[in-house]
Amino acid sequence: MTAEMEKTMEHMEPGSQPYAIEMLHITKRFPGIIANDDITLQLRKGEIHALLGENGAGKSTLMSVLFGLYQAEEGSIKKDGKEVRIQNPNDANDLGIGMVHQHFKLVHCFTVLDNIILGVESTRNGLLEKKEARRRVAALSEKYGLKVDLDAMVEDITVGMQQRTEILKMLYRDNEILIFDEPTAVLTPAEIDDLMLIMKSLAKEGKSILFISHKLNEIMSVADRCTVLRRGKYIGTVDIKDTTREELSRMMVGRDVQLEVEKNESRPGKEILKVSNMSVASKMHKNNAVKNVSFTVRAGEIVCIAGIDGNGQRELVYGLSGLEPLAGGQIFLNGKDITHASIRERSVLGMSHIPEDRHKHGLVLDYSLEYNLILQGYFKQQFRSRMGFLKRPDIRAYANKLIEQYDVRSGQGAVSQVRSMSGGNQQKAIIAREIDKEPDLLIAVQPTRGLDVGAIEYIHKKLLAQRDAGRAVLLISLELEEVLSVSDRILVMYEGEIVGEFDPRKTNREELGLYMAGAKKQDPGRRSGTGINQEGGPSHES
Amino acid sequence: MKAEKKGFLANEGFQSVLASFLCILVGILFGYIVLLLINGEGANKAILAILKNFMTYPSRAAQMKYLGNTLVKTAPLLMCALSVQFCYKAGLFNIGVAGQYVAGAGMCLYAALIWKLPWFLCVPFAMLAGAALAAVTGFLKAYRNVNEVISGIMLNWITLYSVNMLLSPAKEVSSPYTVQVASTNPSALIPSMGLGSLFSKNKYVTIAIPLSILCALLIWIVLNKTVFGYELRATGLNKDAAKYSGMKEKKNTILTLMIGGALAGMGASFLYLSGYEQWSCTQSSVPGMGFNGIAATFLGGLHPIGTVFSSYFIQHITSGGSFLDKAVYPSQISDLISSIIIYLCGFVLFFKTFLNSRLSARQDAGRKGGSGK
Ligand SMILES: Nc1ncnc2c1ncn2[C@@H]1O[C@H](COP(=O)(O)OP(=O)(O)OP(=O)(O)O)[C@@H](O)[C@H]1O
Ligand SMILES: [Mg+2]
Repeated sequence: MTAEMEKTMEHMEPGSQPYAIEMLHITKRFPGIIANDDITLQLRKGEIHALLGENGAGKSTLMSVLFGLYQAEEGSIKKDGKEVRIQNPNDANDLGIGMVHQHFKLVHCFTVLDNIILGVESTRNGLLEKKEARRRVAALSEKYGLKVDLDAMVEDITVGMQQRTEILKMLYRDNEILIFDEPTAVLTPAEIDDLMLIMKSLAKEGKSILFISHKLNEIMSVADRCTVLRRGKYIGTVDIKDTTREELSRMMVGRDVQLEVEKNESRPGKEILKVSNMSVASKMHKNNAVKNVSFTVRAGEIVCIAGIDGNGQRELVYGLSGLEPLAGGQIFLNGKDITHASIRERSVLGMSHIPEDRHKHGLVLDYSLEYNLILQGYFKQQFRSRMGFLKRPDIRAYANKLIEQYDVRSGQGAVSQVRSMSGGNQQKAIIAREIDKEPDLLIAVQPTRGLDVGAIEYIHKKLLAQRDAGRAVLLISLELEEVLSVSDRILVMYEGEIVGEFDPRKTNREELGLYMAGAKKQDPGRRSGTGINQEGGPSHES
Repeated sequence: MKAEKKGFLANEGFQSVLASFLCILVGILFGYIVLLLINGEGANKAILAILKNFMTYPSRAAQMKYLGNTLVKTAPLLMCALSVQFCYKAGLFNIGVAGQYVAGAGMCLYAALIWKLPWFLCVPFAMLAGAALAAVTGFLKAYRNVNEVISGIMLNWITLYSVNMLLSPAKEVSSPYTVQVASTNPSALIPSMGLGSLFSKNKYVTIAIPLSILCALLIWIVLNKTVFGYELRATGLNKDAAKYSGMKEKKNTILTLMIGGALAGMGASFLYLSGYEQWSCTQSSVPGMGFNGIAATFLGGLHPIGTVFSSYFIQHITSGGSFLDKAVYPSQISDLISSIIIYLCGFVLFFKTFLNSRLSARQDAGRKGGSGK
């Protein structure tokens, strides 16, 4: 039946394009908040439709309604013009609707392959028939360039690969309506370009795509139309070819947003972090994930580690923060050897860490927002009475201060359960907590992942303020644009080694790209990575 | 108005209570069916007897006395339930509670009968024994990553036979039971402080009962108001985040289990130092008290105060079983009913999900009906 319909649709005029999905006047309330307030979204057959809005605007909620995870209080959903009721994800699946969630839903102790075929396994004589499945998955992975290691455990793979696993999972189910909830937040630039191509070819094959992203250039490059939400309300739907980035951000935030970072000269001071010959073991293979790495971060500078996901950045951060022991080498913080210090000791000595995976490490999802905001300080005098009781009024006041200052939005303020908050606001809570510690060294892994343009602007200003206040910032980012605009010094990591050091003013995406891909490598002796020579390095000014 | 109704029904606490009551109802119904199957005629009387428990007696004095007996056994049950609950909140399933209870029983009786210590020393010894046993599980878990369920179960048996051996010097000559505390060392009996007189001079009713309720309150406070509780629950909810924030995971694992063990051990002393029961040195099965504690904790909605009531209820019907006509029914029937209820405890969660999906569906239907045609 679908094949037939597709045929008839191809013959239709572009003007009278039918709608694959119509969500009409959807209203969804949560305690303390109307997440979706009379929202209408019409998805044409074969189009890529972007959904844009600030953190907490209600995008994920709207998509969850379409995917059957939530029931709307008002409104209706039509598929191919017929009203349908989607009461759970199985209904959605039957209607050919698939979704890649903002926070993935993978089984961590299963392999990638098992996750992809989970629920639609083919069996023979009651036994799993994996060969055929493996072949199909491999073919899909090949066709769309979604590189995954089918036999790796999900808990061991990078967030980027988890993302690709989720996409494969959706493609494996032959869905015709594809929802991507912030798929690019965790991908590298090259991967994003690939994904854009994939989405375009999927759309050409007749699939209809809903695409959530905070990155305006992605929307501009791939989407046909864009619907904008603000604080749960429908603002409008525009044709991408008739609009600009500036207009979109104005629609979304309600004011002009400064898309470029403005910063003044950095004035590096004394050495805060010194890493010498650090090695960290890998969980994926027998070799070390981080190999003999040396570098320094000084007060008043933002050093950025750039690289393609999975080149040892994660293990580097684990080693620095104490989550994993070192296989070799030493770490100094403010001149003190912290190689064997515990996580708490490092934290108390002035290290803050915005983790890569906010759900795994950054938050206790079933705790309230206020309890999460004190996760790094609950043991301090400020929150702990002499008898070991929590000082609740102080905690509440502190939480409210951070919520206000960082504009963390949620249904019920300090007492909201973090699980119920939007992804971007969860991230903002972590950033608020880690920056407010006023650390000497802030290790920020993808801090703006999943944030809207307004929030990114704010966080970048905060990072620069940290720097200008004489603190050291180590930024790990996959986004070259962020790397180039925020940092004062760039270190490129490839296969566990630092292969180059750059001055952001004197390099560009292309050059960095070559180093990130391993095509070029600087001579280690000529880099200032050891921290002894502050001016050296081929691309440094002297 | 409808919204209000939903608000009430959707309340988390209310749902827990409702779910627990439903479990109880289905459990009793099921038990009734079993009674019918065994012997149709006496079934009505039998199920009433179980439910009435001490109220079977006509005189108020007798009622109070037997209510006292039920309470005497509720105290240890509650302590075991609290032990399970405390560990559960930290993400540990303390099935070793049964063994910790046995260790507590063995140690307090040994201290009372062999060392002739007074009760206020015997109780701490029981706690120490429970904690020491739990510490073994804790160390294995923290440093060797041995699942606490597996090591807990194995330790249960090891402990049982060790205690049998330990207490055989204090055994009565002509029976497998340990000598009576009351006659051997009255100072080891937990004092009644006049409580017994409230229950028709039931000498087994001691301050152990209010103490156990006090413990429930304390557990609630520790879990919800203290920094230690904050750490424990964070660890239970997200181990990785706990590690990231620098909490001492290994230390907390061991400490939590030790506290759990101490609670179970204390529970055992509450029973054996009331003089109500003697230890049988030939028993070859781990006393059910610990396992019932697991049930009580879940039936109580994993809330210390809810657990006070669920513990009483489980003990109520267990004691009620002794009023059955032994000629017609095996006395285990009440155990059967409580085990059905225990089994249904997993259903508490299922029920909550079900209720919530029904609620939204009904609202959906209401809306359609209202706005449609
Ligand atoms: N299950 C829930 N319970 C209570 N409130 C919720 C729940 N889910 C979402 N909300 C609230 O609804 C609002 C919209 O959330 P939603 O996740 O849809 O935002 P979003 O547009 O996807 O934002 P982001 O870009 O940060 O992902 C938020 O304020 C959030 O706190
Ligand atoms: Mg979202």
